Amino acid sequence: MAWADTFLRTLKENDVRLVTYVPDNVLTPLIDGAAADNYFMSIGATREDEAVGTLAGAYMGGLRGVAMMQTSGFALIANALASLIVPYQIPAIIAVSERGTLGEFNIGQVAVARTMRPTLDAIAVAHHTLTDEATMPFIVDKLIKQAFTTQSPVVFIFSPLLTGGNPAAAAKLR
Amino acid sequence: MPAPTIDASAVKVLNRAELTKRLVAKLARDEAVVAGIGNTNFDLYAAGHRPQNFYMLGSMGLACPIAFGVALAQPERGVIALEGAGSILMALGCLTTIGMVKPRNLTIVIMDNGIYQITGKQKAATATSADIVAIARGAGITNSHWVRDEDHFEELVSRRFDDGGPVLLAAKIDDKPGTAQTVRDPPLIRNRFMRGLGTGRASALDA
Repeated sequence: MAWADTFLRTLKENDVRLVTYVPDNVLTPLIDGAAADNYFMSIGATREDEAVGTLAGAYMGGLRGVAMMQTSGFALIANALASLIVPYQIPAIIAVSERGTLGEFNIGQVAVARTMRPTLDAIAVAHHTLTDEATMPFIVDKLIKQAFTTQSPVVFIFSPLLTGGNPAAAAKLR
Repeated sequence: MPAPTIDASAVKVLNRAELTKRLVAKLARDEAVVAGIGNTNFDLYAAGHRPQNFYMLGSMGLACPIAFGVALAQPERGVIALEGAGSILMALGCLTTIGMVKPRNLTIVIMDNGIYQITGKQKAATATSADIVAIARGAGITNSHWVRDEDHFEELVSRRFDDGGPVLLAAKIDDKPGTAQTVRDPPLIRNRFMRGLGTGRASALDA
């Protein structure tokens, strides 16, 4: 997938080597791409807040990292963001695949997706929704650099417009 | 019913502040210490601040993941996570990640008083049925032990920083509260910790 290659390449260009993740269908090209590339250190976490905690520790130890998860997993990290990442000013890079919109079949995902942007806005965490391959390199590169320079986290939301959405959805929608 | 891997007659009830002081006194190689929310970090602070200490003021359950991240970033440094039993019960999954990746330089110390001391002494599962050492071994951290007494603790924490890790040590402790209040300034804590680890930004403000 070109969008996945672009994202991984931009991580490399910014010395982001640690990839912590909780598995997700949509982000599989990213997760598998990182695992197949010796540049990255890939760590599968059991929960999304664990992934965020690990990347916080790695950052303080001098290793830049990204945490990957899906929308419902994002709902598990409000406390890790509000009581660790934000107050300690840790430039966590977080990649979230957007479920719950543009062809969702699971009502649980639809409801939880509505909590994501309001949560990020409430704790003043920068987020950007990636919808387009052409503008991705610029957006991702600049926001990663901004995160490390301003000592602030950033969340990239991978829209179905970019990723095509959950590959399992088509058969379940009617 | 006592937890399965504990021989109650062989495990002394210890004191968190005392154990923490003994741990800090044994640190000779600028080891990083990440202390969990509440009493665990209060007693680390009380033992005397060191530049390689990190104090959590929230994010209950994340002391081990944070220490794990430091251990991944700096494999040549010993890294110690200090965590309470209630906190680790909230985050047992991270033990399976650590048991899978097996960072040799990571030591986890669980202070187990069987209660949520700081919130009103509500009983924790470790008071009756849950066995942290058995859980850790089952998670793949095979080098996991109950601490018999103070001397045993000192012996266990004196190993070479990467010998046999990851290691988990669980100590049965009394119900005493923490002995100090950590300074509540997260950016300062992070900045000082990073300078202690050699990763902080240097500037004229450091003078």
